[in-house]
Amino acid sequence: MFDAVLDLIAAVCIFLAAVLSVAAGVGIIRFPDALSRLHAATKPQIFGLLLTITAIALEERSVATLLALVPVFVFQSLTAPVAAHMVGRAAYRTGQLDTTTLVVDELAPAIERSEESFARRPERENDAGSGPSKSG
Amino acid sequence: MSDITQLLLIAAGIGLTVTALAAIVRIVRGPTILDRMIASDVLLTTLMLAVGADMVARGHTDTIPLMTVIAATATLATIVVARFVKRRAEQPPHQQPKETGHV
Repeated sequence: MFDAVLDLIAAVCIFLAAVLSVAAGVGIIRFPDALSRLHAATKPQIFGLLLTITAIALEERSVATLLALVPVFVFQSLTAPVAAHMVGRAAYRTGQLDTTTLVVDELAPAIERSEESFARRPERENDAGSGPSKSG
Repeated sequence: MSDITQLLLIAAGIGLTVTALAAIVRIVRGPTILDRMIASDVLLTTLMLAVGADMVARGHTDTIPLMTVIAATATLATIVVARFVKRRAEQPPHQQPKETGHV
């Protein structure tokens, strides 16, 4: 009886992970620009994997399996945010985002300030004004 | 294995298949290289979830090393491509003053 309940919980966890995965698939098909697609794509990377690992641990019921599964989650939670950060940064810097969907853009003034202070450095030649044409 | 468990696992398999197909469609159609890399990331995540679902469905632990390797190395390609895209976008501002003079 107890084993059957644990098996059922494991299957439900796998099913929820698949639902998150389907949400990511629908998101990358239907969302308009790279940043929205990135938002959809990162949903199953952490929580879906956590549900799958929980399901495997509930199915096997051994400490050795659980110890083998912990590094999977540790590696994924270390590398997935780095990749998402790099893709989001590249998407913003190359202008691959739909600016009409933005409510507030807090990064643009910061970039402007840093470019101004970069252009005002005395040893640089006067190349101010090249900033706005960057996003193309 | 009860009927409900089997049904849930079959539904999960269908869902993972749909996600993999959606990711492949986005890899083929994606307008920019970043869209393609995001979709390939989704494809690898789906592969990892499918390997885990297979372990639950058939009750073995043979592919846990495969999951570890995918989790550790899947994002390296994405990071490299993102750096490459950024460098290409940063080149024009340095060349522009030479061509057009002072603005």
